[in-house]
Amino acid sequence: MSTRAFAPEVLEQHGLTPEEYDRIVELLGREPNLTELGMFSVMWSEHCSYKSSRVHLKTLPTKGARVLQGPGENAGAVDIGDGLAAVFKIESHNHPSFIEPYQGAATGVGGIIRDIFTMGARPIALLDSLRFGPLTDARTRRIVKGVVAGIGGYGNSIGIPTVGGEVMFDESYRGNPLVNVFCLGIAKQNEIIRGQASGPGNPVYYVGAKTGRDGIHGATMASAEFDDRLEEKRPAVQVGDPFMEKLLLEACLELMKTDACVGMQDMGAAGLTCATSETGSRGGVGIEVDVRLVPQRETGMTPYEIMLSESQERMLIIVKRGREAEVEQIFEKWDLHAVKIGEVTADGLLRVRDGGTVVAEIPNLALTDEAPVYRRPIQEPEGMAALRQIPRNGLKPLPSAEEAFLALLEAPTIASKRWIYRQYDHMVRTNTIVLTGLGAAVVRVKGTNRALAMSVDGNGRYVYLDPRQGARLAVAEAARNVACAGGLPIGATNCLNFGNPERPEIMWQFAEAIAGMGEACRALDTPITGGNVSLYNETDGTAILPTPVVGIVGLLEDASKALARVFPAEGLDIVLFGANLGELGGSEYLLTLHGLLRGQPPVLDLERERALQQLLVRLAADGLIRSAQDCAEGGLAVALAECCFDTGGLGAAVDLAPAASDGGVDLVAATLFGESASRVIVSVEPAATAAVLEAAARAGVPAARIGTTGGDRIRIAVEGTTVVDVDVRQAERAWSSAIGRQLDTPVA
Amino acid sequence: MTFAVVVFPGSNCDHDSYHAVRHVLGHDARFVWHKEASLGNADVVILPGGFSHGDYLRTGAIARFSPVMKAVADFAAAGGPVLGICNGFQILLEAGLLPGAMLRNRDVRFHCEHVGVRVEQTDTPFTARCRQGRVLNIPIAHGEGNYYAPPEVLETLERERRVIFRYATADGRVGPEANPNGSLNNIAGICNEGRNVVGLMPHPERACEPMLGSTDGLLLFESVVDALTAGALGGGR
Amino acid sequence: MKARVFVTLKPSVFDPQGSTIAEALHSLGYQNVADVRQGKYFELDLDVASEQDAEQLASEVASRVLANPVIESFRVELVDAGVRS
Repeated sequence: MSTRAFAPEVLEQHGLTPEEYDRIVELLGREPNLTELGMFSVMWSEHCSYKSSRVHLKTLPTKGARVLQGPGENAGAVDIGDGLAAVFKIESHNHPSFIEPYQGAATGVGGIIRDIFTMGARPIALLDSLRFGPLTDARTRRIVKGVVAGIGGYGNSIGIPTVGGEVMFDESYRGNPLVNVFCLGIAKQNEIIRGQASGPGNPVYYVGAKTGRDGIHGATMASAEFDDRLEEKRPAVQVGDPFMEKLLLEACLELMKTDACVGMQDMGAAGLTCATSETGSRGGVGIEVDVRLVPQRETGMTPYEIMLSESQERMLIIVKRGREAEVEQIFEKWDLHAVKIGEVTADGLLRVRDGGTVVAEIPNLALTDEAPVYRRPIQEPEGMAALRQIPRNGLKPLPSAEEAFLALLEAPTIASKRWIYRQYDHMVRTNTIVLTGLGAAVVRVKGTNRALAMSVDGNGRYVYLDPRQGARLAVAEAARNVACAGGLPIGATNCLNFGNPERPEIMWQFAEAIAGMGEACRALDTPITGGNVSLYNETDGTAILPTPVVGIVGLLEDASKALARVFPAEGLDIVLFGANLGELGGSEYLLTLHGLLRGQPPVLDLERERALQQLLVRLAADGLIRSAQDCAEGGLAVALAECCFDTGGLGAAVDLAPAASDGGVDLVAATLFGESASRVIVSVEPAATAAVLEAAARAGVPAARIGTTGGDRIRIAVEGTTVVDVDVRQAERAWSSAIGRQLDTPVA
Repeated sequence: MTFAVVVFPGSNCDHDSYHAVRHVLGHDARFVWHKEASLGNADVVILPGGFSHGDYLRTGAIARFSPVMKAVADFAAAGGPVLGICNGFQILLEAGLLPGAMLRNRDVRFHCEHVGVRVEQTDTPFTARCRQGRVLNIPIAHGEGNYYAPPEVLETLERERRVIFRYATADGRVGPEANPNGSLNNIAGICNEGRNVVGLMPHPERACEPMLGSTDGLLLFESVVDALTAGALGGGR
Repeated sequence: MKARVFVTLKPSVFDPQGSTIAEALHSLGYQNVADVRQGKYFELDLDVASEQDAEQLASEVASRVLANPVIESFRVELVDAGVRS
């Protein structure tokens, strides 16, 4: 096409390439008008179309015996028995949280909650996976405080408990923090509502907050790198209203108890355009709306602005014809006004009217299924082999094992996150049966004996050093955490945070990570039921550590068997499952003590991992183990300490066999702080120890009794030689106060 | 025995109180929407926690104008037992059914954690089963629980033994180290002159089952059942 | 007619937000900011005939709803009442 109706700058502002524009013309059979151009631009943005990631995502396992709803809907759903479904998803709100931490995080929480109740599920749990720069940075401290306050401000107010999550700190997130929010809800399987329109003539309703100019082009913003013109982008930030969403939540759930609702979709990214075109294309129908009927907060809004606005707390509802009065009455009860803005048609088109004038007319499929798909070039970055070597020369002199141990306990990634989770209401709805901070999040399912365990994990350092292996480890860790609580992993969701996909090295990280994630999810029988991709996480050309975050949901048949990480009593045997291989590659030890991000991430035998997880679930169900804690950042020594913390000062004494390798550094360090996968510390009544060891042997899981609980000191010996001997309370003080000490310093 | 759990727009602990009463305690519970003018046949009224009307103006400030609050005031005036929990306590303060006001927590942050709550007085329908001085382990979850009252009001409350709960250490010491929010005199809960209206910031309904880590909160609900069974109270019927 | 309502904590009441802001300002080097008191500001759009009615309505709303007399006091200012720039 030689001449186009829009100047190149206009296309560029809309994030569309000339080729993409030509494709629009081809699909429409004519040049688009400006409103249509805007609608294409948001729907074809990376954020909405997954155009760079789609070819890779398709390789992930998404089916399984328990999967009721896989990717492509507002959220995934798995069968948890008793005719119930767990509906869950994780989503990112990274860019908005950097620009305006409080509102960015708050609206991230609001958005994922809407995705869950849109499916007809009552949300009962939130988790967050957060990544920040170093706490020594004043700006980072401000971001942390804002994000935490925003998550709490929204979740506390709407009354959905924030029951867990994880936080890691790394230089690479300094200019690009990650805020990934996971939400889980419970629905009756036969009452799940889908984001589908059907039945020509059925009315289309708009309900919730009025539409303003906020967030216009939020979807395109989330698909572009940051630069120094950031300040100009500030107006695109939305402001959350948790009270409005609470009313919407209750009203929508009340509506779904009737059968008057055909389909429902929230207006999130790309607002009304996305909600109408997606419900239409999923249902294979057309939708006609009149923007004049859309409730507006500001005057003089154009159809373009109304169709692209990302004002929060708005829902699109397709209602059975003839049931309008009933629906309107339910919303009136909650002081909400459901407004009919259009109806379902048979022609497959999204037709937008401004009163009597048609201002846009696009086939729904052109906006959704026909969006471009790219197989972007892939190139392994140079120097990966060298990166995976730990240089023996040039390492600082090693501190004593005890000093290293205490230093690790104070490292922000390892230290207690109490300063953070104390600001979240983690108990509302009275389902939280493993209190936040004491293990994987576990919530009971009222009306049944069951409970659900949840964990979100993803160590970007491992992924950076080896994307495939790092992603495998992320899946394994999340599933292992769930199994430690006694939950059988049954489903997964992912949030894929990467840099600019137009760079072949980044795309290589992405492709490798997806391949690894697929392998692990297949092996552990945790299909991916949905999720979110966040690309362009870069500031001034520097990408974050590639950070695929995996959320795993596990099922406990008996809620009363849920396990926490803490040692529950003295005089218990401490048993270590798994082999200590002494792997220090990518470890917190190397980073904190030596300032190095190097080496090969831990190896992972997926079959052995699965055997371990099944063993844990069985032992927990049989009541043979009293607590379980995964060995993660900081290795065995830190995991042991975490078993002693929050117990009121209960100690432990263990004697370890030396690790299989010196980890490229030092044998004691490798033994204590190596991060070998598939290892769990459990506590066992001495009378049950033989049975536990025998069960492990039968399952092919290496297991050894390494010590006992008791006293008020943490004593760690390697082959009889004591290398750590510290007072529990003293160590706990360092661990529990480290983050607060840094954040409570008055900020700039 | 029937408990009315009042639901304001933005209430979010309504289900928790309902669950505690109905499924743990085994008594009748009924939600009463804030636009209703009557409490029906309620024997006890609970104003639950949450963020009524978003707490956007002040905590509890708008909820006090709800139609149901007239019925609550009448019920209270007739001697009926009323329990305000967290936001419910804040609403009772705004409605003038209890004296004082709430400020933001001293450290300006939301706190959710188990705290020690010392029972100061047992001659209310909600504390009769407790032993005076016993420290209950009950969670708090609030951003504005920093109780304030002018000096003369505070003096009256103390003189009339109307401070019912104080934040305390596990071994019963009341001091700044046990005060999570800056409340004057470590006040966690108070009652009215008639002693039948009790408000507290901690959440007893979250501490009613062993699985949740504490059953101390159950004492408040059991106390009011005792009190009503003994016929010691009036009511709004 | 428009009215502005300023709601502030009474001087005798401790203001956690204000003192937190003051501390932050001090740490930024603004030692000359001796103290900060935080308050609320409301703009009311009033559909009334006279200035007197406006004053009365704004004051009533402020004392009954916008401010809590236990801890707060308020001040009403009328706008557009003969003041034109």
